[in-house]
Amino acid sequence: MIPTIAQPRALRLAYGAYVIAFFVYLALPLAVVAVFAFNDSQFPSLPWEGFTWAWFFGQDRPMIGVFHERAILRAIATSGIVAVAVSALSVAVGLSNAFLFNRYQFPGKGLLYVLMLLPLVIPGIVLGISILVFSSTLANGVWDAAHIDIQMLRPGLVLVILGQFSFIATIATLVISARLQKFDPTLEEAALNLGAGRLTAVRTITLPYLAPALIGAFVVAFLMSFENFNTTLMLVGSDAPLTIAMFDRLKEGSTPLLNAVSLLLMLGSSLLALVMILFQRRS
Amino acid sequence: MTPDLECTGLSRRFGDVKAVDDVTFSVAPGSFFSILGPSGCGKTTIMRMIAGFLEPSGGDIRIKGRSMLGVAPNKRPVNMVFQHLALFPMMDVAGNIGYGLRRAGLARADIARKVDEALDRIGLPGIGARKIDELSGGQKQRVAIARCMVLEPDVLLLDEPLGALDLKLREHMKIELKALQSAFDTTFVYITHDQSEALVMSDQIAVMNRGVFEQVGSARDLYYRPETAFVAGFVGDSNRWRGRVERMEGGALEIRTENGMLLRGAAHGRALGPGDVADIYVRPEAIRLAQNEGELARFENRISGRVTSLLFNGAASRILVAGPGGGEEIEVTLPQSGEFARTGKGDTVHVGWSGDQSNCFPAGK
Amino acid sequence: MQGGTRLGFVLLLTPLLLWLGLLIVIPHIDMFLVSIKERVGVGEYDTSLANYGTFFAETLYLWTFLRTAVMSILATAITLLIAFPVSYYIAKIAKGRLQSALFLLCLVPFWVSELVRTFGWMILLRETGVFSSLLQWAGLADQPVEMLYNDAAIMVGLVYTSMLFMVVPLVTTLESLDNAVIEAGYDLGGNGFSVLREIVIPHAMPGIVSGCIVVFMLSLGNYLTPTMLGGKDSLWFTELIYAQFIVRFNWELGAAFGFMLLILSSVIVWATLRLTGQTLRDTLG
Repeated sequence: MIPTIAQPRALRLAYGAYVIAFFVYLALPLAVVAVFAFNDSQFPSLPWEGFTWAWFFGQDRPMIGVFHERAILRAIATSGIVAVAVSALSVAVGLSNAFLFNRYQFPGKGLLYVLMLLPLVIPGIVLGISILVFSSTLANGVWDAAHIDIQMLRPGLVLVILGQFSFIATIATLVISARLQKFDPTLEEAALNLGAGRLTAVRTITLPYLAPALIGAFVVAFLMSFENFNTTLMLVGSDAPLTIAMFDRLKEGSTPLLNAVSLLLMLGSSLLALVMILFQRRS
Repeated sequence: MTPDLECTGLSRRFGDVKAVDDVTFSVAPGSFFSILGPSGCGKTTIMRMIAGFLEPSGGDIRIKGRSMLGVAPNKRPVNMVFQHLALFPMMDVAGNIGYGLRRAGLARADIARKVDEALDRIGLPGIGARKIDELSGGQKQRVAIARCMVLEPDVLLLDEPLGALDLKLREHMKIELKALQSAFDTTFVYITHDQSEALVMSDQIAVMNRGVFEQVGSARDLYYRPETAFVAGFVGDSNRWRGRVERMEGGALEIRTENGMLLRGAAHGRALGPGDVADIYVRPEAIRLAQNEGELARFENRISGRVTSLLFNGAASRILVAGPGGGEEIEVTLPQSGEFARTGKGDTVHVGWSGDQSNCFPAGK
Repeated sequence: MQGGTRLGFVLLLTPLLLWLGLLIVIPHIDMFLVSIKERVGVGEYDTSLANYGTFFAETLYLWTFLRTAVMSILATAITLLIAFPVSYYIAKIAKGRLQSALFLLCLVPFWVSELVRTFGWMILLRETGVFSSLLQWAGLADQPVEMLYNDAAIMVGLVYTSMLFMVVPLVTTLESLDNAVIEAGYDLGGNGFSVLREIVIPHAMPGIVSGCIVVFMLSLGNYLTPTMLGGKDSLWFTELIYAQFIVRFNWELGAAFGFMLLILSSVIVWATLRLTGQTLRDTLG
């Protein structure tokens, strides 16, 4: 059970084999996606027709590569914009929440905290439709009252951003709170004692301390937003983020183009995650 | 009579490091045996080998004459009180104490009865339903012992169990542990780096350093008759000087220290001869302090000097005395009989001790 | 509270209230209000429980609802069974670098979109896929084998997709279990099985509960995996919601479905917490 308690050799070997099998299971789908991005064929399946870069750089039909496929590039840009907006909003609100829950005692705090956790246990699709329903109610109300059509409240990027923010903010709050809880408040008192004002003390002492958590929360929020599907699906308008665009193509039938996009996504997110880990290890 | 626990040639290596190197000892039934040593000396390794969490690299462990080699930890007739007690936080007190009995397959009613008995015995009746985190440090301690004792082990191992307690409670638990040991009449093997724990409780103490036993003996033996320089330095406090042997007569030595002070000491049978470099250990409490020189006539070592510091610590107060030539300061216990109540820095005092009290050892490297 | 901190308090409270109020609480109330509207004419509505009536009257709806619940519970159980030994290995047996490397490897697949993961399983499982080709090559099948578009494929996808959310809390709680406690269990006569049952699992309970809640929620609310990996007969409840909202444009019924899903998940999460004596705050916060 633990290394200090001797176990029969066969048992240890079987256990090791199980763990290896598990990691093969984890790696398999991603590996095939990556490998078939280089198959010189119209379909991401066997037989192997030879190696090609065409699904990345190809310019001619039928093998147009990712870097020349306008629709995909636009979808990536859309996803990027949405993800940055969601991350920025989530980190800002998360930071505010962390200070509120960490520094203040007020009636209803426990209730608000549980309420803050709720978005994690509401299915994403339900979050999506509830926001869709409410924004339409608002939009229709305004239209009935003043005959003004507020485009913002119709399915589109603003609603996508709000929808993703509605639950990613919880994650950001938890990540930042966890670090703020470990902060020694006497450091802030020391700054006050040395002549700093309250805000200056927070800006010069507490925020730098929280920096790793803020960056971590931003990266996690960015990745979650980039790969979100359920909530986005219900709120999307004419500009489709990448996951929705890929989903639509996948329904029509897949080509190795999707493998190429997927491989780029894997590389991109791994890189981002790596940067975050390195940054957090350094501080 | 077969000893309860007997280790012969016990060794354990980790890579190239010999954590335990050919250790042999035996523990008589019903006695309290301590292994005392600084951290990293290998005492925990010995304990874990006895409990079965480490295989020895060589040697044998016998409990009541039966070799334990290859016996799984859950099949050994020893139980262990862990350093941080390792009480099961997911169970209540009764659950903890009854754990081993359930493993042994006892009937529910028997378990309940034995648990109650054990709680009575440790002086905590009726707390069976309490959670572990509701107990005080001393209560946890007692529950951890009761959890082992209900299984009536041949040997109970205790791995520095008092380390986490505060000083007052530790003092109290020392006495209580000793009382529990005689109440249960079980062999205790106790490891610690705290000499006072070992001295107060043990029938036999092994002083361990760098994987070997330096000396095994009673508390008195270790204190009055240390066999090695390490024991002399580790058990109790000592003034320590280094010098060269100038003369030798029987067991009596005359040693000139590096600073030129001439001291008389005893080799107590250790191999020392003229010209050898020796370490001299003298306990501060073995030195007599006097107002006038005449009182010290019967001591072989006599020095007059000035008080350079007063280290006031209640009953354990000491002064530092510097001899006429400057040189080493001598730490001397300040008697609390009143005559030195006014002694202060700069005063002249006289100190003396018998040559027998200067324990001399061949100098270590 | 002093004047300065009072202002600070209000400034910090506002974003929280706006977020929870405008994006969580009010939308769900509004969704409920919409779900109890019944269309009686063009632009005319009555308040009634007709939509819920439809839900319970139509066998397909109710059947899909129950099927989704049961399969999500099953997926959660399978994920737990697969993840527990691996988490234990990472937390208690692997040491130093191997430990952090294995833990990171567990996280990697989840840095990429669920869509990519599902796509990977499609490439592996479909008729022209890798497994089918391998089976034919090995002579175990003489024609292409379709492994996609059935409940088993959905299960594989769901378990795969949720794995991380089980492994992380399990590793965290198991790591916090002192090795000495396990040793004490053996020292007092326990064996592997009894130590696992009485010590390891009770200790890991908060992690197990939090992992199970999250995995269950993710499975229940999943749309992508059942749509892509499931066949014509393997409907998922989220697909019904999507159909009512986007295809049929019957928002009232869709909202009722959404509310049923919300109730189902709340009841199961609440029941799990009650049964295991945990709180939401401890398991998620």
